[in-house]
Amino acid sequence: MINKSNVKEPMPMLRDEERKTSFKEVELGFSDECAIKEARRCLNCKNKPCVSGCPVNVDIPKFIHLVSEGKIDFAYDVIIENNSFPAICGRVCPQEKQCEANCVRGIKGEPVAIGRLERYVADKHIFDGKKSKTDNKKEKIVNNIECGKHKIAIVGSGPSGLACASELADFGFKVDVFEALHSCGGVLAYGIPEFRLPKDILNYELENLKNKSVNLITNVVIGKSFTVDELFENGYSAVYISTGAGLPRFMNLPGEGLAGIYYANEYLTRVNLMKAYNPQFDTPIQKSKNVIVVGGGNVAMDAARCAKRFSPESVTVVYRRTEEDMPARKEEILHAKQEGINFMFLSNPTGFLGSNGKVETVKCSKMKISKDLESGKNFVEPLNEFFELKADTVIIAIGNESNKIIREENSGIDFDEKGRIIVNEETLQTSRKHVYAGGDIVTGAATVILAMGAGKKAAFQIYKDLLNEK
Amino acid sequence: MFKILKKEILNESISKMTILAPNVAKNIQEGQFIILRVDEFGERIPLTVFDYDRANGTIDIIYQKIGTTTYKLDQKQENDYILDVVGPLGKETELLGYKKTIVVSGGVGIAIAYPVAKKLKKLSASVDFIAGFRNKDLIILENDIKAVSDNFDVTTDDGSNGKKGFVTNVLEEKLSENSDFDVVIAIGPLPMMKAVCNVTKKFNIKTIVSMTAIMIDGTGMCGGCRLNVGGKIKFACVDGPDFDGHEVNFDETMSRLQAFKSEEDKSLKNYCNLLKGV
Repeated sequence: MINKSNVKEPMPMLRDEERKTSFKEVELGFSDECAIKEARRCLNCKNKPCVSGCPVNVDIPKFIHLVSEGKIDFAYDVIIENNSFPAICGRVCPQEKQCEANCVRGIKGEPVAIGRLERYVADKHIFDGKKSKTDNKKEKIVNNIECGKHKIAIVGSGPSGLACASELADFGFKVDVFEALHSCGGVLAYGIPEFRLPKDILNYELENLKNKSVNLITNVVIGKSFTVDELFENGYSAVYISTGAGLPRFMNLPGEGLAGIYYANEYLTRVNLMKAYNPQFDTPIQKSKNVIVVGGGNVAMDAARCAKRFSPESVTVVYRRTEEDMPARKEEILHAKQEGINFMFLSNPTGFLGSNGKVETVKCSKMKISKDLESGKNFVEPLNEFFELKADTVIIAIGNESNKIIREENSGIDFDEKGRIIVNEETLQTSRKHVYAGGDIVTGAATVILAMGAGKKAAFQIYKDLLNEK
Repeated sequence: MFKILKKEILNESISKMTILAPNVAKNIQEGQFIILRVDEFGERIPLTVFDYDRANGTIDIIYQKIGTTTYKLDQKQENDYILDVVGPLGKETELLGYKKTIVVSGGVGIAIAYPVAKKLKKLSASVDFIAGFRNKDLIILENDIKAVSDNFDVTTDDGSNGKKGFVTNVLEEKLSENSDFDVVIAIGPLPMMKAVCNVTKKFNIKTIVSMTAIMIDGTGMCGGCRLNVGGKIKFACVDGPDFDGHEVNFDETMSRLQAFKSEEDKSLKNYCNLLKGV
């Protein structure tokens, strides 16, 4: 029986009062009743347009149908056939640009809440002990004896590295994941805040990997502590590089070096990884009055919402294009607005002023959108109109570029002019034999799910390449 | 977990530790640093490695008690453990090709300057070492430095040992007599390095400085350690820590280092109260 409602089941939310200062998760997740009702909105289309919108092709109608029947454990099995970390993706994927964008229900109303259902299924599995019948072991050709002869090194423990590790471990490979920081997860640990992705979820997935005998080795920088050459000397058969896009992009504006101006990476790392919001931790964070966040993506939303929780007088997002152009998830923009964050669109900083080395003012110019007559594309250009904003904290969130440590090592791996690793798109092989790469270090800053998809793809290729050589 | 094999007190505020960290000891070079986190609530701080023993997998660090983290570190004794140590980070100091050098250093910076002098000596360069301290009780590593330098000058602010005054006084005298040096390497507090650069600019002598900055990850991710070098943004962690001193905007770096001053002072006060059992 189809639920004909044209709108999604609403997501239960943390009370407004608590959202002001606490870092507790804001979206509380569907109840069983909500989930079944929402699942019944799915038309179970034969041609499955949603699946083609999913970067890892989860069989969405199949798992949603199982939810509508209350068969959560089976639904989980369907998801993890293609997606190793559904509790994470259900929370952080930009569904409105992927699966939900293609949903037939979305033509006349809101699409099926695929993301919320994915999260529901995964949370039931994690927190209510709804164990899958296959106990996380996928039914694929596993050649434990042959695979067990090979040690694989994964460089970077972000979404891509973890997804690759998970797949490789399922094949029976010995897997060591190297992480430069003191805890694993990459952007899931240092970037995405607790109120959007509770660290319990990440820790559950990390524990799961350890249970599959994956070694998570923190405090090792590949390219410094060990070179890629040394990894092979130490007996690894293959290396997967997933070091991400970890280098902040600068604005290159006058005054950018003033104290009080952060790149979002630093601000978020202080708050999330180093837990500045918890007084038990030594991490300092400035008490701000007026916070300006520059940018329009998820990182900008995360930074603004973190800053808001330290009770400043104001937090304002300054974005050079319009609201419709913002790359952030629609839900994050909505959450930011609900939490009292101001937005200034078509505005862009031109410089920073301060005194005693500390920032006090952000100089901005107004922008306008114009159409390029030749390409028909919109572009943004400054108007000759200027204004100033008061700020004692500025967070720059205009994107990230590639980490350069491995590039500087000269390890026989080719990089493009932007510092991204060049791979064969089909196989994710780099210019060096038995070295594979995926995620943001290949694509430039993209999404968690694309990075995970690449990790999985590389794992299959590593399996193929190593076993065929026998 | 990283075991402290040896701890030695060098003066009232500066100590040396030998830490078992084979992954760091294996590839580390002069001028590179580590980041450590004492315990799960601790901050990550960068410290330059003083010495290393590849065969035994150990590194030596020298630290000065100035903030919560270094006080916390100082609570650790031999056979205790430090939770996290990562490295080597940064680029090694490039010392090839220099014949006649001056190394200027002050305070705890001596710990970074010593391995550089030692390496220069190994590369058959002549080393004039100028070391500055506030007073005679704070002098550290005197014999170590003597062993690796051709000329050694100590200055103290109060004249209680060596020459009274600052390292820059000695440097200026030296260069006035003979400015035929290939390079001056300055390692110490930012105001000292700035002052050294002002002197060497006059004599047009290449000057390398080792930049300390606020840092979290040490791999280029956070951007907290950014510096203005020759008008361009550089990261102390991956582009440095060594830079051409004549290009560095010291004033900007000094104010960035002060960014968390009030929070840091409060944190240290709380921690010291905690230690006293308040």
